[in-house]
Amino acid sequence: MTVNILYFARLREAFGMGSEQIELPEGVGDISGLTQWLRSRGGAWETELAEGKPVRAAVNQVLSFPATTIKDGDEIAFLPPVTGG
Amino acid sequence: MGVKVQTEDFDVGKEMAVLRQGNPKIGAIASFVGLVRDINEGADVFTMALEHYPGMTEKALQEIVDEAKRRWDIYDVLVIHRVGELKPLDQIVLVATTSAHRGEAFASCEFVMDYLKTKAPFWKREETPQGARWVDARESDDKAAQRWQEGEQHGG
Repeated sequence: MTVNILYFARLREAFGMGSEQIELPEGVGDISGLTQWLRSRGGAWETELAEGKPVRAAVNQVLSFPATTIKDGDEIAFLPPVTGG
Repeated sequence: MGVKVQTEDFDVGKEMAVLRQGNPKIGAIASFVGLVRDINEGADVFTMALEHYPGMTEKALQEIVDEAKRRWDIYDVLVIHRVGELKPLDQIVLVATTSAHRGEAFASCEFVMDYLKTKAPFWKREETPQGARWVDARESDDKAAQRWQEGEQHGG
């Protein structure tokens, strides 16, 4: 399953990339699993996506939850707390 | 009138004139304009950059507008939010709501702003003499948005 992942603001800077297309390993099927898998990259991934960090994920531009499932071709975005207005 | 995300500045008078144009049922327009302040948490801010999530931003704003229309008896809502480079004194955001009476207009305008602050994917980055920094989200903004979930609606 291949998904397009977007990183915004603080996360984009910390990871050094705004987006990436990745082939997910077997067994990664929801936001919780994806977050854990990204965390296993270590370094900034481990600290910025650590348990308890106020990062939200959106799947196909809709705010998601840890149990939200991921499908092939989805656009998944990781969002720090918003500060508009 | 909907939702606009743009780099250009906006003319509040012109936007309000368009919003109320030809509708004699409108008895009230409430509007809010957000501005770039030159002081934020102690450091001089030279410029500010606003990043957003194109596509999701417009959807999130439209959902907030739709929710306001469900909750209050209002005719129209306009949201304009700027992105890109901004300087102190610049306008950032305009929210305007039209209604027959002021109570609905005031309350819905405040609701849209409170929800926008906590639900629309915008991020502010400040360039200060001490370097660049991402603006931290405020707990007070979360509290302001939560009021509307507890049924403490103003006006009406």
